[in-house]
Amino acid sequence: MAIPISYNIRNLKLRKGLTIMTALGIALTVTTAVFLMALLAGLQKAFVSSGDPLNVLVMRKGSTAELSGGFDASLFPILKTLPGIATDKEGQPLASGEWVVVAVLPRKDRTGEVNVSVRGLMPAGVALRADEKDSRGQPKLKLIDGRWFATGQREVVVGKSIHDRFSGTQVGDNLDFAKGQWKVVGIFDSGGTAYDSEIWGDFNQVAADFDRQGGLGSAYLRATDPVSADALKNRVSDDQRLKLEGHLETEYYEKQTSSGGAIKYIGFLVAIIMAVGSSFAAMNTMYAAVAYRAREIATLRVIGFSRPSILTSFVLEALLLSLLGAVVGIVLMLPFNGMSTGIGNQVTFSETVFSLQMTWSVVITAIAFALVMGLLGGFFPAWSAARQEILASLRG
Amino acid sequence: MTLTRFVTKSAFRNKRRSVLTVVSITFSLVLLTLMMTVWHSWYIDKGSTEAAQRLITRHRVSLTQSLPEYYREKMRTVPGVVAVAPTQWFGGLYKDEKPENFFAQFGTDPNEIFKVATDFKIPDNQLVAWQKDQAGAVVDSELAKKFGWKIGDRIIIKGTIFPVNLELNIRGIFTAPQPTITVYFNLKYLQEAVAYFKGHSGTFNILADSPDDVPKVAAGIDAMFRNSPEPTKTESEKAFQLSFINSIGNVKAFILSICLAVVFATLLVSANTMAMSIRERTREVAVLKTLGFTRQSILGLYVSEAVTVTLVGGILGCLLAVGLIAAIKQVPGMGFFFLGMKVTWSTYVLAILISGMVGLVSAIFPAYHAAKVDIVDGLRHIG
Repeated sequence: MAIPISYNIRNLKLRKGLTIMTALGIALTVTTAVFLMALLAGLQKAFVSSGDPLNVLVMRKGSTAELSGGFDASLFPILKTLPGIATDKEGQPLASGEWVVVAVLPRKDRTGEVNVSVRGLMPAGVALRADEKDSRGQPKLKLIDGRWFATGQREVVVGKSIHDRFSGTQVGDNLDFAKGQWKVVGIFDSGGTAYDSEIWGDFNQVAADFDRQGGLGSAYLRATDPVSADALKNRVSDDQRLKLEGHLETEYYEKQTSSGGAIKYIGFLVAIIMAVGSSFAAMNTMYAAVAYRAREIATLRVIGFSRPSILTSFVLEALLLSLLGAVVGIVLMLPFNGMSTGIGNQVTFSETVFSLQMTWSVVITAIAFALVMGLLGGFFPAWSAARQEILASLRG
Repeated sequence: MTLTRFVTKSAFRNKRRSVLTVVSITFSLVLLTLMMTVWHSWYIDKGSTEAAQRLITRHRVSLTQSLPEYYREKMRTVPGVVAVAPTQWFGGLYKDEKPENFFAQFGTDPNEIFKVATDFKIPDNQLVAWQKDQAGAVVDSELAKKFGWKIGDRIIIKGTIFPVNLELNIRGIFTAPQPTITVYFNLKYLQEAVAYFKGHSGTFNILADSPDDVPKVAAGIDAMFRNSPEPTKTESEKAFQLSFINSIGNVKAFILSICLAVVFATLLVSANTMAMSIRERTREVAVLKTLGFTRQSILGLYVSEAVTVTLVGGILGCLLAVGLIAAIKQVPGMGFFFLGMKVTWSTYVLAILISGMVGLVSAIFPAYHAAKVDIVDGLRHIG
């Protein structure tokens, strides 16, 4: 027969101080783990949701990032006329030659300077991205304020994260980078993707300011459907004359998530070390609980509760304790949900902004993590409780 | 029985509990020591005197813009500049993209790089051999050991930033005070292979004549090129390296919050143990009082007991941290951030001090309560 769970709950209540302190210890570990997991989840979101399966990114062969690309502008007309490229209303192919360069902007809070990606695009560049839909069929790219930049003007539109993190990024402000002033004419939102951390301007203006005339950093081609996207990608890569390589935009961004590698590794290490520490603390508490109730346990045995049911009961008590810790830990982290931070991207050399995302999977993993701690901490004390000699304990 | 013996005996009277507590605190302290070491080497350590004398100049706009190579001769005229060597990050791949095969490759001037990096050692005959071979390279001794490279070996590095693959002959092996995971090759090789890069260099490494001259030299160089089409940004080597670490985000806040969480968790663990242990001994307290121990001395006894336990945890934690840091350096892709990191004496002292403080704070409350116990009540106590 199983011992009712209310017995364990009452016991935890009885030893309030001990329960609270142990649960708080577990809570701290859970908080740290949740923080790190939310960080990674946010990072994942910023990169994985960036890119569209229909966009083919063309770079020089061997180049691993848009920043380190660069090929002759004379190749662009060839790319533009490849079969399978979608067209706009006027029948023009949705193909854009681009440059991604890096500019330095001071942080809003004056804690130093940050590298920011500046992208020069052809008019089709905005059009082909405006064509992207998210999972609910809504366009990913939206203008929140102002208008798009005009061709041939020193005008820029800034991503939402840039607008939030840097001063002088209101519509009508002037931004100072490269060879002079750029007028901010709009603010765009790309739905939390990596584009939100970019500044967009006219292709020729950006190329001229960064001394990149006569070439292209990369080219974006919008395919009509997933099959032609694949075909386009292979066609570009296989053409020996071009010496170019096509990538699906989604694959390209997936690779960039590796910037989180260091955080992932450190986070894992920190969480494991803290978890070991907390399980030992939980073990201590449970051993004390067992020692304290030696006579009670013996009485339970006399009444007829079996060894396995005592073992289960104490393990359950430890699990309850850790569950309490997990709940407290998660609640402690809630205010930080959605908080945004920047990470230097080792591929683009500039900052990508992302926010802490306490997704359901993060929460569930955190609870599982706490339960494992409880199990580790509770099993041995429960084992010793179940094995107690009835007579010796009763005599206690 | 002396008082010290009494304290150590009581601290470990319940062996299992004390061991569990010590282990729990040890793990927390490992983390704390690790974090403090990272903090120390990134934000406090100024590096060797040789390193403190070095500066790096890059393009004002960003690291991805290159500078004209003729800037080098102009920089020499800035007072305080001893030597200038161009350096260009190649960013190529060796074998494949796996992080364990990652290392830095810089194009530079073989005649001057070791005059700037004065603390790097290379045998003279190897240096001369490198200077004679335009396709030659010198490699860090640790890197040579890792890949099993010998002098005369040929390595091929696939270009990612530049449309060229380098075929380099290893002509020399240098040793640096800290591992650098770097291969230096002749910048001319790159400039001749890539037409558009002729006459360019991404950065310049500069040696100033003393660490005190570093700010003056930096200001002098930047002032010289302020109004030119390619303005520069010059900073100390340390500041340059830090700018990469800072790009990961607000690392300082990140480390501090982990440290705080760890200290608080340790405090809870220790307080928990002391509360349990002291409650069990209510009768013992009464006996001690009967024997004539004052409240203060009983308080002192229990506090020192807690401090003993946490100190043991602290010392073990420090020792384990040393092993952990050595292990992290071996992890592919992580080594770059932890290069030359080691636990300093000040970190040891601080970690042990913190563990002691944690013991002290955690015991005060329960010990104070115990010391207040009335003799008669205490003797009657059944616990």
